[in-house]
Amino acid sequence: MDFSLIVLVVIVAALAFDFTNGFHDTANAMATSIATGALKPRVAVAVSAVLNLVGAFLSVEVAKTISGGIVDDTKVTPVIIFAGLVGAIVWNLVTWLIGLPSSSSHALFGGLIGAAWIASGSDAVHFGKVVEKVLIPALASPVVAGIVATLGTFLVYRITARAKQDTVGRTFKAGQIASASLVSLAHGTNDAQKTMGVITLTLIASGSLAPNSGPPLWVILTAGTAIALGTYLGGWRIIQTMGKKLTEIQTPQGFAAETSAAAVILTSAHLGFALSTTHVCSGGIIGSGLGRKLAEVRWGVAGKMVLAWALTLPAAAIVGAVAAEVSTLGSWGTVLVGLAGVVVALGIYLASKRNPVGAHSVTESEPAGRPVNA
Amino acid sequence: MHIDWGSLGLVLVVALASVVVLTSLFSFGVVGLSQRDSARAAGGSGSGPLAGAVICFALCAAIVGYGIYLIVA
Repeated sequence: MDFSLIVLVVIVAALAFDFTNGFHDTANAMATSIATGALKPRVAVAVSAVLNLVGAFLSVEVAKTISGGIVDDTKVTPVIIFAGLVGAIVWNLVTWLIGLPSSSSHALFGGLIGAAWIASGSDAVHFGKVVEKVLIPALASPVVAGIVATLGTFLVYRITARAKQDTVGRTFKAGQIASASLVSLAHGTNDAQKTMGVITLTLIASGSLAPNSGPPLWVILTAGTAIALGTYLGGWRIIQTMGKKLTEIQTPQGFAAETSAAAVILTSAHLGFALSTTHVCSGGIIGSGLGRKLAEVRWGVAGKMVLAWALTLPAAAIVGAVAAEVSTLGSWGTVLVGLAGVVVALGIYLASKRNPVGAHSVTESEPAGRPVNA
Repeated sequence: MHIDWGSLGLVLVVALASVVVLTSLFSFGVVGLSQRDSARAAGGSGSGPLAGAVICFALCAAIVGYGIYLIVA
């Protein structure tokens, strides 16, 4: 197989996005398990990484379109995909730096929308689809998961109220590990597939692969590995937000939240109403806070999260648009955008070093002297 | 633009039902384990509650197994 430069660049960008997707979403599955001590932080991310890799191989159903119909795939060139990926990566890194769980899918959609709009005109974007596939699910996901988790948590506490508390804590730890693992597996099948779809369709568009062919083994392998490596790196900042800052979590709550998230993700994937993993898991955690009496949901943190969700698509779209504007000027433009992306990523990495959150500090509460709601 | 409210409602109902069943089963299993511990501490065998707990957890495992089957299929 021989690739043109741009195809190679797209593959590298897609894998980079997959990597950020991995560490951005570790929190979805593992934040509550880490917060309650059911799993040690390092063990949790390792389990999640392995299950993401396994998940990448499990499902053969590859995304048939790059964007689920949100942009006109016939007007999408490798340069647009590249610009869109840059937008998604930059937004994923920014939200990671401030520790907010935002949807990686929305970042990808946003980046593609912005890039396609600039490069091919506004009619390349299907706005009806944007409402249907992004807006409505974004509003529905946390609500559905929240309702389910509230009821689940309520039942768990109600039924086990008179049981011996040490038995309760011990058993729910085991249950929590199982339910969190299921979320990780579901995540691997969903999100690694997305990157595989992007790479595969780019290869098809450039003539390296026959139309309608599935992803070659090396694509499955590299995409699965990228998301697993990202997951293992651990998005500790986001894990801290979801596990500690949103509400204090006990093992029965963690179990209820993860079980609800897994149930909602699986049913939505199989009943044809795709919901965002990130939004579902966040809603599940808030629901588990509401379902336990006296547990306090920190609505200030939840509000910031919702704001990040609302900003994700437009922000990634703007970065994607700028990237497309420059990339379409020629090969040097694409290289320039690529370099700029690397510089921004490096800058964010360095900025994160000033206030590091790692495996050791992830379960620590807020530093003394800072108000809890900050 | 077509928003499929019906399937969204279905997702809510199915997820709600499965979580109610799963969390209840698991919680009853925990209660069974706890009763066994209490029974043994009081000198009894506690095998009745233990059997109940095992059945509850087995049903949970079966439902989770079905979840994995859904992912793979």
